[in-house]
Amino acid sequence: MPQVANIAVSILFDGLAYAMFLFITSVGLSVTMGLMGFVNLAHGAFAMAGGYVVVTLTRSYGVSFVPSLVIAAIVVGAVSVVFERVLYRRLYKSTDLEQVLLTIGLAFMAIATATYLYGPIPKSVPLPDWLQGDINLGFRQFPSYRAFLIVLGAALIAVLWYAFERTNIGAKIRAAVDNRRMAESVGINVDRLFTLTFAVGSGLAALGGGLAIQLLGLSPSFAVLYLVLFLIVVAVGGLGSLKGTLLAALVLGIFDTGGKYLLADAGGFFVYAVTVVVLLIKPAGFYGRE
Amino acid sequence: MTAALQVERLNRAFGALPVTRDVDLMLERGARRALIGPNGAGKTTLVNLITGALKPHSGRVLLDGEDITALSQADRARRGLARTFQINQLFRGLTVLENLCMTIGERDGHCDNLWRSAGSKREVIDEALGYLDSLRLTDDALKLVRELPYGRQRLVEIAIALAQKPRVLLLDEPAAGVPSSESHLILDVVAALDPDIAVLIIEHDMDVVFRFAKEITVLVQGAVFTQGTPNEIMNNEQVRAVYLGQEGHRGGHHG
Amino acid sequence: MAASEIISGAMRERAADYLTKRHRFRAAEALPWLIAIAVFFIFPTRMTFGSQVLVMVMFALSLDLILGYAGIVTLGHAAFFGIGAYTVGLAAARLDWTEPISGLFAAAIAAGLVGFVTGWFLLRYRGLTLLMLTLATAILLQETGNLRSDISGGYDGLPGLTFKPLLGIFDYDLYAHTYYLYVLAVLAVMFYLVRRIVYSPFGQALTGIRENVRRMHAIGSPVHRRLVTVYTIAAAIAGVAGALFTQTNAYVTLTVFDFDNSAKVMVMLILGGTGRLYGAFIGAAVYMVLEDYFSKLSPTFWQFGIGLVLVLAVLFAPRGILGLFERMGSYFAERKRS
Repeated sequence: MPQVANIAVSILFDGLAYAMFLFITSVGLSVTMGLMGFVNLAHGAFAMAGGYVVVTLTRSYGVSFVPSLVIAAIVVGAVSVVFERVLYRRLYKSTDLEQVLLTIGLAFMAIATATYLYGPIPKSVPLPDWLQGDINLGFRQFPSYRAFLIVLGAALIAVLWYAFERTNIGAKIRAAVDNRRMAESVGINVDRLFTLTFAVGSGLAALGGGLAIQLLGLSPSFAVLYLVLFLIVVAVGGLGSLKGTLLAALVLGIFDTGGKYLLADAGGFFVYAVTVVVLLIKPAGFYGRE
Repeated sequence: MTAALQVERLNRAFGALPVTRDVDLMLERGARRALIGPNGAGKTTLVNLITGALKPHSGRVLLDGEDITALSQADRARRGLARTFQINQLFRGLTVLENLCMTIGERDGHCDNLWRSAGSKREVIDEALGYLDSLRLTDDALKLVRELPYGRQRLVEIAIALAQKPRVLLLDEPAAGVPSSESHLILDVVAALDPDIAVLIIEHDMDVVFRFAKEITVLVQGAVFTQGTPNEIMNNEQVRAVYLGQEGHRGGHHG
Repeated sequence: MAASEIISGAMRERAADYLTKRHRFRAAEALPWLIAIAVFFIFPTRMTFGSQVLVMVMFALSLDLILGYAGIVTLGHAAFFGIGAYTVGLAAARLDWTEPISGLFAAAIAAGLVGFVTGWFLLRYRGLTLLMLTLATAILLQETGNLRSDISGGYDGLPGLTFKPLLGIFDYDLYAHTYYLYVLAVLAVMFYLVRRIVYSPFGQALTGIRENVRRMHAIGSPVHRRLVTVYTIAAAIAGVAGALFTQTNAYVTLTVFDFDNSAKVMVMLILGGTGRLYGAFIGAAVYMVLEDYFSKLSPTFWQFGIGLVLVLAVLFAPRGILGLFERMGSYFAERKRS
């Protein structure tokens, strides 16, 4: 393959894998913020927790990688419900600032706990054979892990799209995001809906955290380092929108990857420049409600 | 003579739903006009369009002959257009007196000053106290707005609008939410308004409307259904059917 | 005169008095300054740390104008601190300009200018949009510095800066005594300016914007203009804090632009209490002292602790430490009355 095309394909491929990670981890945050207006900055900590659960399961209990991902998602999703019921519930009527502070405080506590349990050095996980090395797609080789990420992401997008657009529950969520008071007045139990979406969103974040270990490395500071990125994806995509989160993840993922490929050190620039440009023109994001 | 407020063929839609359709309205100096109509007729939307909180898709708004359609809400307020909100919009964490002083300060441009202390202009404080006196709120001057009962908060809402020294005053259901034992306070104030100010009042309570209004505009589904004097409206069969009819039935039940 | 008229008359006077006398200095306001001077004598070996605390107090004070008084939540305030810090740093390292007081003015102007331009564009937005825009702006500034790390020194920074003696007379001794008093003096000047602004009609308008921006529009307030004004001033003051940071550390790196810094100053201010000026003093001092003590013990323990304090503060003391004092004060006042 000619050099330029080769680089372009690499950027697209890696960017797509990165975008899938961003989407999986951020979609929960977008829907919960769009549904309840609740700013949950502990979302990154849920992702980090998921990653560490996978680390423990694979290294200490010999569970295989993919089942570990599933278990981590379920465990973190379940635990998040406890947080929601006990703590978050009391702040639904509070100001944005108070929600930010509470959840940042929780994130700090989570990071400190993770440092205490696992130490500050990034951890790795043993991957099954079929996820290591490269996969041959005919015209060139691609890293198997990233290919897996892309396929998994696509599958999740299909499932989520179906759930959102074609099921009863999805319709209720969309209605409540659009106009909560009206949804409540037609008998939709928004509180219960929120607990459900929160659990699923946190579970997905945990899944994303587990996937990130091989892609980006996992250390306790993951919780706040990548939080900024998740918030950007959510803001640029538009709160409460599946389409928006996906589009934002793709745009930001590919721009970031491309920037880092082509400009090395200065590459991180692009994500923030894109963010500023998009938000100045469409302050509610691609598909947000004004 | 130029009308104090003139609305010409105002149009506005929310998505595919038209909420204001070709509305014409005029307020002369000293007007006392009531805007009535069934729920969802678009009365508050019309007020929002007049004050500039919403921009129309077409049509014009003129204040004393000047086209203010392109002006912001704040610019219109500075030209003498004041309003009260259906739900109180007050500075709840501040005292009643500060609410008034702030209004006067913004009106006269005092708030551009970063150096002088806010209390050093005695005239502002005296003027604010004057408004409080006329609304019998003096005793509440140092209370935080959020500590007042709703009826008194509603009076503060009106006091703020009056403190703007408006030429045109738009009152959005001034007695709404006020317990009936206190609503006379509001109504007395409305009745005693400066005869030079042009007043448009949105109201549901027909007693208030007939007591206060010299003219009535009936709004139905965003369009002007009919306009006229209270007597004309009272005797208009169609209006009864659309709006007053419901009131009439209810009156019948109460005997 | 009827009894009711006498009462109303008395009420009028009370009301007028409240407003005309509010800006006067109260005795209790001398306390933080007395404490600062006492520290100079009691802890002569901790003057470097003391200067850092005073710098953070100034930084938090500048944020109080925006967050506490105008009610605007941003995540990029460190940008202005960084600009001030780098104005002084670059002037010293690249232009051999080491006079300290003119450095402060330059920092204030540079930071104020950036504050004016970014504020003009960004303050049309609120909520998550504004949070992200201000955050992205700060990071973009950081990345710009990183782009030309040959000039900025990158993340390794500009080490070994030296500065001319203050006013040509006072030199900097090993234990940084001069520095401490210098920073304290500048802080006093900044505080006086902020206090005047807050008690002015403009300051009143800011609280109006915070309490009900819809109402402000409806009474004709030029909200955007007011916000850009206060944002510019706050940026300039944050810039002065950054400049002092560089001068007292003789060192600056790009980490001054970190999101961490913006978050830290916000936490300090909120712990102390927003919208009451002295919250910046209490919050910054308490935070820095606790951080100094605990992070030496164990950084992990400190992080857990500060997280826990945040959670508890939101649940039980949302008005900060000052809020707790206020509650205690009114509790005792109630008891005295009964």
